[in-house]
Amino acid sequence: MISDLGVNDIGTYSFKRANVDLDREEISRPSLSYWQDAWLRIRSNKRTLASLCVVVFMVLVAAFGPSLWHFEFDSQDLNQTSKAPWSSRAMTVIEPYTPWVDRPAVSGWSDTGGPTNFEVVGFPSIEFVRLTWTPVQGATRYTVYRTIVDPEDGPFGLPLGTLIGESENAYEDRIDLEQDRYWYSVEATFADGSTASTTLPVEVSAATTLAGAIESQWVDSDSDLQPGDTLKTPWHPLGTDYLGRDMLARLMKGAQISLFIGIVAPLLFILLGVVYGSFAGFLGGKVDSLLMRFADFVVALPFLLFMILFKLVFGIGAGESGILPMLVALVLLSWPAAARLVRGQILQIREEGYIDASRLLGTKTPRLILRHMIPNTMGVILVTFTFAVPSTIFTEAFLSFIGMGVEPPIPSWGSMCNDGRKTMETTPHELIFPAIFISITVLAFNILGDGLRDALDARMRSTE
Amino acid sequence: MLLFLLGQVNQCTGTRSSSVGAVHAATGTITLNLAQEPPQLDSTKATDQVSGMVLGHVMEGLLRYDANDNLVAGVAESWSLTDTEAHFTLKQGLMWSNGTPITAHDFVFAWRKAVDPTTASQYAFILFFIENAREITSSDMPVESLGVTAVDDHTLHVKLIEPTPFFLSLTAFPTYFPINQAFYESRDGGYGSNAEDLIYNGPFTISQWVHNANVRLEKNENYWNRDAVHLNAIDFAYILSDANAIINLFESGDIAQASLNVELIDRALRNHWDIRQHVDGSVFFIEINHREDRLTRNYNLRKALQYVDDPPELVNKVIKLPGNLPGKSIFPVWVQGVNGKFREEFPAKPIMTNHDKAREHYAMALEELGLDKITLVMLSGDNPSANKQSEYYQSKYAKVLGLELKLDRQIFKQRLQKMTDGDFDLVLAGWGPDYADALTFGDLFTSWNENNRGRYNNPEVDRQIDIAKNSSDPRTRMEAFARVQDILNEDVAILVNYERGSLYVIHDRLKNVARRSVGPDPDYAFAYIVDEES
Amino acid sequence: MLWYTIRRLLQGLITVWFIATATFWAMHQVPGDPFVGEKAVSPEVEANLKARWGLDKPPLEQYWIFLTNMVQGDFGISFAQESRSVNDIILERFPVSAILGILAIVFAGLGGVLYGALTALYRNQWPDVIIILLVIIGISVPSFVFASVGQLVLVVINQLIGFTVLPVAGWGDISHMLVPALVLGLGTMAFLTRLMRSSMLEIVTADFIRTARSKGVPAAQVFSRHQLRNAVLPVITVLGPSVASITTGGFVVENIFGIPGLGQSFVLAVQQSDYGVIMGTTVFYGAFLVLMVIIVDLLYAWIDPRVRLE
Repeated sequence: MISDLGVNDIGTYSFKRANVDLDREEISRPSLSYWQDAWLRIRSNKRTLASLCVVVFMVLVAAFGPSLWHFEFDSQDLNQTSKAPWSSRAMTVIEPYTPWVDRPAVSGWSDTGGPTNFEVVGFPSIEFVRLTWTPVQGATRYTVYRTIVDPEDGPFGLPLGTLIGESENAYEDRIDLEQDRYWYSVEATFADGSTASTTLPVEVSAATTLAGAIESQWVDSDSDLQPGDTLKTPWHPLGTDYLGRDMLARLMKGAQISLFIGIVAPLLFILLGVVYGSFAGFLGGKVDSLLMRFADFVVALPFLLFMILFKLVFGIGAGESGILPMLVALVLLSWPAAARLVRGQILQIREEGYIDASRLLGTKTPRLILRHMIPNTMGVILVTFTFAVPSTIFTEAFLSFIGMGVEPPIPSWGSMCNDGRKTMETTPHELIFPAIFISITVLAFNILGDGLRDALDARMRSTE
Repeated sequence: MLLFLLGQVNQCTGTRSSSVGAVHAATGTITLNLAQEPPQLDSTKATDQVSGMVLGHVMEGLLRYDANDNLVAGVAESWSLTDTEAHFTLKQGLMWSNGTPITAHDFVFAWRKAVDPTTASQYAFILFFIENAREITSSDMPVESLGVTAVDDHTLHVKLIEPTPFFLSLTAFPTYFPINQAFYESRDGGYGSNAEDLIYNGPFTISQWVHNANVRLEKNENYWNRDAVHLNAIDFAYILSDANAIINLFESGDIAQASLNVELIDRALRNHWDIRQHVDGSVFFIEINHREDRLTRNYNLRKALQYVDDPPELVNKVIKLPGNLPGKSIFPVWVQGVNGKFREEFPAKPIMTNHDKAREHYAMALEELGLDKITLVMLSGDNPSANKQSEYYQSKYAKVLGLELKLDRQIFKQRLQKMTDGDFDLVLAGWGPDYADALTFGDLFTSWNENNRGRYNNPEVDRQIDIAKNSSDPRTRMEAFARVQDILNEDVAILVNYERGSLYVIHDRLKNVARRSVGPDPDYAFAYIVDEES
Repeated sequence: MLWYTIRRLLQGLITVWFIATATFWAMHQVPGDPFVGEKAVSPEVEANLKARWGLDKPPLEQYWIFLTNMVQGDFGISFAQESRSVNDIILERFPVSAILGILAIVFAGLGGVLYGALTALYRNQWPDVIIILLVIIGISVPSFVFASVGQLVLVVINQLIGFTVLPVAGWGDISHMLVPALVLGLGTMAFLTRLMRSSMLEIVTADFIRTARSKGVPAAQVFSRHQLRNAVLPVITVLGPSVASITTGGFVVENIFGIPGLGQSFVLAVQQSDYGVIMGTTVFYGAFLVLMVIIVDLLYAWIDPRVRLE
């Protein structure tokens, strides 16, 4: 280059080295590399630091939580479904269930025009509640109801079953019982359509058989618990879901899935974008515009519609989690943004004064790329990545929410929200916890992204 | 923020909802929701429950169901049925909603249209009891050869290929509804796609059909039995399938009836709503793949699965909805037997959950198959209840047998495709009755039935169904079905899970709404609104 | 400007062709048959059905037919609603989604600008803190949670007041649209508020503001004429992309509130394997997005004279 300027006829000897006063040039503070400087900036920003801690914590939870926690995310306990974290853990041990064969015989008829002597037989527990009453002459059928609020004279609540026949006098309820106070009603219907009824409040206890307790691993197999004793079931700090699975275990497993997709997908599509974009940027010209036109096409594909289409195309098979197809679809659809960004950066940096200066000082291309191009794009890439993570987590949650995401029983925060939404009035914990997990993670990544942008983006910094 | 902005917005617009509310006694209007838009209301092509329900209100067949589920006269005034033919005499002076007389030709036209191969109706099979119907659908015979003739305007003659004691109940089915030929042809292929592309002969007409938004029915003044119809209008003002949204509408007094899933029971109880039970007549079961290359061909493996099976636990702790009955037989409890109910006359074998025996059979199966461990694929639908159940079986099989169950969840059409291709070991399946006779369940596992997706093949089952099909003697037929019931159980052809029931809440002033297992459901045709006081 | 517009539109057409091709290709990879039914379909009936939709022809010919029909604006007949054309379905459902989307954007835009300006004005005072808190919620809580909670809040309000203030679900007049649009717009509103805030803060220190102040322009005028107007510019640039994010949320909001929009129809079509509607919706919607991006670009160039059209 120097030769082009026609300076080769000026001999080296024409110049004399200046006497450099080293003391004056002394830099009073230690020199800081780009990353050291960035770290200092992050450290000084409390919000960024806090969000970084949250992110690291979430990653740790996702990485080690499921293996450390003693509940499996898919182990069901049908006696403990939809338990709130604060609900009682005591259980009474009862005899094993045997069908109710010795139902009370009809000993007489009610004389009040409706069923009387409505009472519980045996110990009312979540395993079964056995009811009996004195039947009424002339009744064509009896309907047994159950409710969780005092029915007074309103509707009797949930119709459990109807017994046809005048002399029916017993009913066994086993459906979805919980430890609670129930009001049972039996309503006799007569041939003319008139009805008469009676109501009975019943305190239902949590109970289990010894075999059931051993199978659920609440007690050791050599336990000497006797019927009538009580035991304490293990603590579910965040409650259980509709199949009695531990919420914390599921949320941690969900964190694994959400973070895996949320981090790996952006990593891959940004990598693809960087390669594609730098390729286009370096080559320039016709190839560049052709490549970028193609990227424009991909950007124009309606994202969500294609995510769903891809899910159909891949056709998730038996026992597959659906994570891989989602990753592939995300990468296929999301890379162009990063490619555009990197290409723009490289085109821009190529024209920067300091590149020219460095080149004039004789810096070779590899060093140029390593010292200038990469650090200067890395910041932008890292910031893009940090912002891509929460939006990918959102996308995953969203797809899982509409049932187009990860396949059960693998939990995902999105699908857990969808399950929890259905019972948001009665068991809000099933919606609140996954929603909080999504929100906190997304927020942390967003704040971290802001902080990183302040710390890494050279242009942002210069305007401060 | 939501509340804050809500205030802002309301001040700006101040608009009010135009709906009249759940029940409106002054105008005789009830407001309801539809789970989905009816895909079309051409009765020859309709297959889904919503279309069937709407059609049941605006059309009428030769016979119909009344509010108490009895089969009564519809368009026909009188009829006679033998083993080989049926005769119907139509009422005089009946008119379509546009004033055209209803004649026997309208039935001939509709039935021919339904079996016409160019119509490609999925429900053509329901007419296969009529002479030549099957041959016409497979393009082997001309449409005109269908065994139904209009002797004159008011007499219809039907030739049957086999004794069909339940044929009268078939005439209440939508595919058997009449269509006016002149009107059909005037719509130029668009029959049934809009309110004005239909004429009606049922208790109601469609006065408004805004696609995907609402369907409004109004009383048909030309209907012969209009005095029995009390409602002036049924406004399906919402097309909505989200269970929570529907219950929200009910709670805010916008709709008069809403179905209740297990998640919403507590909410309904707290609100003191009137909860009802409905048995929809269908049976759900695990269909087993009996094709050559499948592990599930192994009898001991199937037996092991049968011993693990615990339908009461499934119903009480997983489905959790009262009204669902633990399944014992492919024939549900409501099916008629010789004199009373089939299941009372021919009780099914009791459920035999036994984990020790299950493990014994499993060990035998492992030995016979020469395997250390068995992995099976369970195909299921992609809805919450299928998810729950398949996850339950996955966990259960692993716990009791150590068998790994891989779940294969597919959306509706993909699942059906895989079922048809035999790409499964087990599949969560169900069967709803097409007509009120044991045969609709009984012939399901015959070797010739296309719906036998597991290709279960047992000559004895085929033979028994042949006996039942060629007889009109109730005892002979029911004994054959009882034999089939036993074979399916002994041979573990399928694992019956439950008979489906459902819960719903209904406005306390809306009375006489019919719910049924076979036929349009729910049926508001003869419903009425009671006054506030009563 | 005219030349630029024409060029952008031509590019847009090619993009739409690309979308159509990608959609067609994807649809043909989907396993399964749209004609399987709950009741087994005989081979003859299936052949008849295939012939009716032209699925018996070789893929390349189908592609050609699809393209030529599309050029004439015809997406064929729905598979699930046999007697209705895909065009009818789209034309019926698109306006619904569009109204909802526009309303959501209006909420988001107005709310974003208003709150953004407020926070900047009251920097570090209580309105700022409250709004920032709401922004945090808006950004981090997914729209499906808002939708579920929003509907329940409506039920409670209606019950407390004793009559239907705003309907809980359904479609009809403006009262049906407000809450869904609000729920739909919340995320974008939060995003815009944040953007507006930083943009306002940046502009406060700009030279022309200082000049205006030193010239003695009243504070209110500085705020409205200089600060607000300039700060709104970056907000407009992101409005285009927010159209996309708002339609994404539309999928859930339409399903939860029972709004007969395109999103709901797409989800339904996917469940029913209604190929015609899936392809039609994708292409139509893709074309719509392309058009929106072009319009926003032109709009921006028109508003901000600093932007040079290359």
